[in-house]
Amino acid sequence: MRTPRILAIGAAGALAAAGLAACGDDDSGGSDKAGSKIEVTATDTECKVGRTEAAAGTVTFTIANKGSKVTEFYVYAAGDRVMSEVENIVPGVSREMHVELAAGTYETACKPGMSGRGIRGAFKVTGDAKPLTEDAKLAAATESYQRYVKSQTEVLLAKTKEFVDAVKAGDREKAKALYPVARTYWERIEPVAEIFGDLDPLIDGREADLEPGTEFTGFHKIEKDLWVAGDVSQSGPIADRLLADVQKIVDLANSEKLSPLQLANGAKELLDEVASGKITGEEDIFSHTDLWDFRANLEGSKAAVAALRPVLDDRDPALAKTLDDKFAAAEATLDKHRKGDGWRLHNELSGAELKELADSINALSEPISKVAAVVAQK
Amino acid sequence: MDRRKALGLAGAGALGAAALGAVAGRALDGSAGEHAAAGPGPAAAVPFYGANQAGIVTPMQDHLHFVAFDVITSKREALVEMLQNWTYAAARMTAGQEAGALGAVGGPPEAPPEDTGEALDLPAAGLTLTIGFGPTLFRDASGQDRFGLAAKAPAALAALPKFPGETLDPGISGGDLAVQACANDPQVAVHAVRNLARLGMGVVSVRWSQLGFGRTSSTTQAQDTPRNLFGFKDGTANLKAEQHDLLREQLWVPAGDGPEWMVGGSYMVTRKIRMLVETWDRTSLSEQESIVGRSKGVGAPLGRNGEHDEPDFAIKGDDGEPMIPVDAHVRLAHHTQNNGVRLLRRGYNFVDGSDGLGRLNAGLFFIAYQRDPHRQFVPVQQQLARLDRMNEYIRHVSSGLFAVPTGVSAADDHWGRSLFA
Repeated sequence: MRTPRILAIGAAGALAAAGLAACGDDDSGGSDKAGSKIEVTATDTECKVGRTEAAAGTVTFTIANKGSKVTEFYVYAAGDRVMSEVENIVPGVSREMHVELAAGTYETACKPGMSGRGIRGAFKVTGDAKPLTEDAKLAAATESYQRYVKSQTEVLLAKTKEFVDAVKAGDREKAKALYPVARTYWERIEPVAEIFGDLDPLIDGREADLEPGTEFTGFHKIEKDLWVAGDVSQSGPIADRLLADVQKIVDLANSEKLSPLQLANGAKELLDEVASGKITGEEDIFSHTDLWDFRANLEGSKAAVAALRPVLDDRDPALAKTLDDKFAAAEATLDKHRKGDGWRLHNELSGAELKELADSINALSEPISKVAAVVAQK
Repeated sequence: MDRRKALGLAGAGALGAAALGAVAGRALDGSAGEHAAAGPGPAAAVPFYGANQAGIVTPMQDHLHFVAFDVITSKREALVEMLQNWTYAAARMTAGQEAGALGAVGGPPEAPPEDTGEALDLPAAGLTLTIGFGPTLFRDASGQDRFGLAAKAPAALAALPKFPGETLDPGISGGDLAVQACANDPQVAVHAVRNLARLGMGVVSVRWSQLGFGRTSSTTQAQDTPRNLFGFKDGTANLKAEQHDLLREQLWVPAGDGPEWMVGGSYMVTRKIRMLVETWDRTSLSEQESIVGRSKGVGAPLGRNGEHDEPDFAIKGDDGEPMIPVDAHVRLAHHTQNNGVRLLRRGYNFVDGSDGLGRLNAGLFFIAYQRDPHRQFVPVQQQLARLDRMNEYIRHVSSGLFAVPTGVSAADDHWGRSLFA
């Protein structure tokens, strides 16, 4: 089994593909050995990928951030389906990423400042990976989304801890800055979080939605302490509990597998969240940081659709194309409201701007509501 | 047979069913001409296809849901495709069917229903859907020719002048497209507007909409004259479906009047007119009657006996003053005082809740069709805005002007086809 891989590495490109194909019996393709990691040098303006071809199988990237901004590295398949990602690579640090890639064309991307489309490059994987059957594609959708959840929960936990630490240290400015950032990772995977009915309201319950007699806890309680009371001296226990609850939900989320139908519905529900809670400013009623959540919901929805992309491409390519267009249009509309590393506050937006955002979400939500039935087709 | 029509038939009884079936059949084979016949019954379907759009001389239904849209796409093809989808759904819904073939409950369980469902079990209820194109579809506020249509913009769509005393709210005025949905059941009208808005997501966005209850005009001689919220009969002297010569002269756009695509169409003016009913209600009967120029009970012109008696503006009372005062509404609006200019009015009463000052937010949603608004509505309204004693009790708060194209001929035709050709 080692020989063809070594050959593949030695020959690279077309010859490698031939070598693998000749080998035949190895469906998973070869795997780049430790010695053949692909070096990625990320700066604020460049994303140098050491090699832009690899053999099918597990591909390992080593990403070194030589820039001044925190960066991310992605490998995308068609339709911006995230095959794998490493987030939060701080300047001066190197991180490793392992990703299972079948033969095909991909894109790599560094995202200095962790926003936008990033600096893209083509990436080609050669080999004889057999096309997946329909069932296998559906199973792959579940796995692909599970990888996404894993990547998000890791950062959610880390950022929630930073947030909680800042609250407990009484550093209100830092806590305010971290509040929408930590929530981003939460809002991206809300369809998973919502499966755990008890924990979701403890972490993300809004004051207006509380049953009489229940305690107000979680992100929004601390939000109120930070923005309304301007005093977090008593917030320590709530902060500790938030971190413990987030840890619980992270563990649960990573043991949960969402069915393709759940993914499709989750993609729609995230946009419903935008339409009913974020556009109205009800989500972050004290901090007005709703656009962070808006963006995160949109990204989470896109990730769920992207996981289903191979199935959609087979069964309803026109719908897949429509979704690409409408996602791009919604992102472009939202991008008008970028401010620094973040977003304008909800209460800074005019009625006409909010309506334009609502229109873009409506335009996307109608086609997204059709995905579930496509996935459910026999 | 689809659910809505089947249920409608079942509910209409044997004779009603036969009549309804015949009408629905006509609607589907596209053979209908002018929609002027005294309708079969309030539940029946009004033919969608025809030489003119339905919903103009159609016997006026009891309820309105009017909606204006902004076009939010820049793609002409997307707009045309939506108009095709709308036409398909409109032909179905006006025949008492669901918006899409799979309907409210016939699709896969994982998919959202094609039809929103609130009109299941209801008959067609005389539903008409009438489309109009606003000036901003041709050129936006900055003069941009948005869809390559500017050369086809009719001169008659030029902006209405500002009238004395009006304070218009731009948020409930204008629009690139408008749909007038009229039906004898308000739920049927709302259902139609809601499904069209849904089909238009991403292409159009609802700019404003208005519910109306209670017609304030009659469009056929067979219909009684209804009352507006001042308690007076309104629309006695309206253009009527039976007045073929007048309709040709005053309502429909003839060849040579403007762009070819508007031939057989008409121009629609909408005005939301708030009525200050509380102050009106404490005005004496004689004062109310002299403001209107008609008796409140019968609706006769002052000095005459019957509602349909022609007003005699020369009759003087014992005091030597005209029985119908010089600033009475009827005098100022009457065609004999406006160079023979007539309108086909199709307005509805509205009450949008209350205004927080203890007053009903009530009034008249005025709709008028005509061959050329600048020769018809504008001079009449200029006269009314300057002189009408009723102005003390009314406020014009919104305005709209739309080119209503000719009818959809058959299933292979669609709204706007000749405009976008």
